[in-house]
Amino acid sequence: MDWDSAGCQAVWRWLWSSCVSSAYFALIPGPPNLPVARRHLPMNASDTTTSDLSSLISSAREALDAHAYETVQWHFHDSTGCPFWLEKKAELNFDPLTEVKGYEDIKKFPLFEDEWLRGGPVRRWIPKALEDKPTYVFETGGTTGIPKSRVVMDDFRIDYEVFSETLPEEYFPKGANWLMLGPSGPRRLRLAVEHLCQVRGGICFAIDLDPRWVVKLIKKGWMEHLEAYKQHCIDQAITVLTAGHDVKCIFATPKLLDSLALALEERGTSIQEAGITGIFSGGTEFTPQWTRYCVEELFGGPPEESGVYMTPTYGNTLMGLACSKPVTAAEDYKISYYAPQPRAVTEVVDFDDPNSVVGYGETGRVKLTTLTKEFFVPGFLERDEGEREEPFETYPWDGVSGVRPFHGVASQTTVGVY
Amino acid sequence: MLHIPVLRWGKPYESLEINEVKHFSTGEPIARVSQANDGIIRRDMRQAHKAREILREFSCGDLIEMMKQAADLYESATLPLGDGTQSPDDFVHQQSASTGLPEHMCRANMGKNSFVLRNMDRILDCLTRGLDLDILTQGWGMESRGVVVSYQAQAPVLAAVLPSNSPGVHTLWLPVIPLQLGLVLKPGPQEPWTPYRMVSAFIEAGVPREVFGLYPGEAAAGAAVLAACDRSMIFGGTPTVERYEGNPRVQAHGPGFSKIILGDDMVDQWEDYIDVIAESIHINSGRGCINCSGVWASRHTKEIAQALAEKLGPIEALPPDDPEAGLAAFTVPGMGKAVWGMIEQDLKEDGVEDLTSAFGERLVEQENCSYLRPMVVHCETPEKEIAKKEFMFPFATVVECPQYQMLKKIGPTLVCSGITNDEQLIHGLSDATNIDRCNIGPIPTTKLNWLQPHEGNIIDFLYRSRAYQVSEERMPVTS
Repeated sequence: MDWDSAGCQAVWRWLWSSCVSSAYFALIPGPPNLPVARRHLPMNASDTTTSDLSSLISSAREALDAHAYETVQWHFHDSTGCPFWLEKKAELNFDPLTEVKGYEDIKKFPLFEDEWLRGGPVRRWIPKALEDKPTYVFETGGTTGIPKSRVVMDDFRIDYEVFSETLPEEYFPKGANWLMLGPSGPRRLRLAVEHLCQVRGGICFAIDLDPRWVVKLIKKGWMEHLEAYKQHCIDQAITVLTAGHDVKCIFATPKLLDSLALALEERGTSIQEAGITGIFSGGTEFTPQWTRYCVEELFGGPPEESGVYMTPTYGNTLMGLACSKPVTAAEDYKISYYAPQPRAVTEVVDFDDPNSVVGYGETGRVKLTTLTKEFFVPGFLERDEGEREEPFETYPWDGVSGVRPFHGVASQTTVGVY
Repeated sequence: MLHIPVLRWGKPYESLEINEVKHFSTGEPIARVSQANDGIIRRDMRQAHKAREILREFSCGDLIEMMKQAADLYESATLPLGDGTQSPDDFVHQQSASTGLPEHMCRANMGKNSFVLRNMDRILDCLTRGLDLDILTQGWGMESRGVVVSYQAQAPVLAAVLPSNSPGVHTLWLPVIPLQLGLVLKPGPQEPWTPYRMVSAFIEAGVPREVFGLYPGEAAAGAAVLAACDRSMIFGGTPTVERYEGNPRVQAHGPGFSKIILGDDMVDQWEDYIDVIAESIHINSGRGCINCSGVWASRHTKEIAQALAEKLGPIEALPPDDPEAGLAAFTVPGMGKAVWGMIEQDLKEDGVEDLTSAFGERLVEQENCSYLRPMVVHCETPEKEIAKKEFMFPFATVVECPQYQMLKKIGPTLVCSGITNDEQLIHGLSDATNIDRCNIGPIPTTKLNWLQPHEGNIIDFLYRSRAYQVSEERMPVTS
């Protein structure tokens, strides 16, 4: 390691521990390599008083403010920042290094435009402090034209390690093998799920699936080809599941999970009988009704009866992964997502004023902010809308429920396999 | 408020996803309709074979009798609907309120559906060309002329992805139950009324509820129905028809581009036929695929267009409960304006003239809906862009075209009424493969003979005639 990179490593470690220790780890004991230590927080409302929750909320907010400050320092300092943001700094009518003191000040930045991610050189996104680290590029979109690209060193691993901590051991046993029944190719998800499996001690099997071809088939109206391609994916999955690989956990998109369950039933078996106990899925198609359908009709009942547990997630290449509150029949399978603060923040904002958060229970557009050493997204309006949810003990910050395509763009969106 | 559940082989299912059906004018909710997710449909369709097994326990004759009973129930009875009931008047109010169709037209469509149910025996006799319907039940049999014939069902159910804006189309799927096939319907979001009421009438008349699947939902539900069923009908625009063209599993019904042709031998007496033409254009608010959207003649076209404009141009947008209301509302926000924008663009072309403009503004915008008043547009030649158009309101072009070019230039035509006694033209009309229903004489394009097939014979769609040989000892004894 040369001096520069060693220096950068040191800066990186310092900033990281500074941010996290400022509030979070002072409150919650736990390994300092995982910034969101919610596993040590109480899981039941009855365990926490109102004042405890208020204290958790304010501590989380302090952590976020400190993290936002340090992240902006990192991305806009000449010794650590990436060319894109250092150039952008000149266009700003404020100095991020002196005028961003907490999360609220992030609103001073113009909204992030994901169009900036199209085309090269992708190195303009690599922070100077990380330029010698092995770098991945992940793509999103790209059915036609130039896809959006994001460079990543370790973020996907960190995000999924954090997520791993939320998975119940009973249904996602350590050492279990996984099947990745989702998109392959230049996708973050493919490697992220494999890493999730590996950190839990398993080996991950995967299929070939080109989502760009799926979107083309839909746009062309070639529905029989679409069905055939889906069958091709399911055939690959069935081959893995019936080859003695002892797969217990899977990632699957909603559509593919449904098709897999039907295909297994046609072979006289089921998700349950195939030995699958833990399912990780996600996307805006992951609705309460769909969850209920899965639980009641595909899995054979709730986890305590069927032994099959499914966790919804919400995420993308820009953000990482937001987890859900446990989903239960008693709450009509309501799905509420909470971002992995302070690394990423989701807010539900007014449709006409992206700097104004709507009231709890009210509907707005999902706004995403990403604050990691590798990537800075100061407020990006997702193509989704939903309702703002209250903080609770496990996630003492705002969440979002009822996520669905933003009504302003819903008709233009082609939902393929995600 | 009334809740309408998904019906899964007769069993009500309340979904966590609900669509509110709203009054087109006031925006007030009328009913909450459970929405089926696509997985439910695919899963249920694996049991579709049971519907046919159940129906084969009845003879076609028994089922035809049930249809006759259902006709009375549909037209006159208060029937169960979701968690409530529905009288015939409720039905008319609800259908009008959500689709924008005037109430008297809803009532007329009710009569049309009942008529088809009541005459099911004659209709099936004609569509099967007199086949003994037991042959459909058994799969084979011997005709009276001593020949073994076989008709094999191509699917255990017929699925239909239904529209919101044209309650008249439901007659097409009515023969399915007496043909011993189950029914899987994906109602249009604004028109759950006819499918639910019809199924309710069938069940009250004795048809087992287990043979019905009703799956309201979004586009994904429609796609799931089409993917999971081997025989489906879908109603939509030109892109829908093009998408399923040549697909033997799907019968796509789209715009009709129906026309009236005046032969050179009759065109000088055009005034005698103006009423027939006007009726063909505006009846049922011009919404049907059988409404005339093109009048073709070699001369007098300007005079014909002027006369039609004088008849149709003054028609006003009236409230839906007005017995004189002749126009249906565009209930989708912005649709009326968008259609008008397309027409305005086409009207800019040289040789195209709107003769109804003298009778006031065509676009009528109201708070939650809009109307387009009837339009008659003259085209100097068939090449004008607007001559190829059809819209969901009383709209027609009057096109000047030499007779010898007409059949080549009219394009796809669902119903063509040829007003002529010229045998050569009649011969041409009979042979034209771009014409589906052919009327010879001054017959309104909208006047359907129910004993004739419509856009393909449903018997041919659902059953395949194929070879079937049996040994001598298995041959039925004929007298």
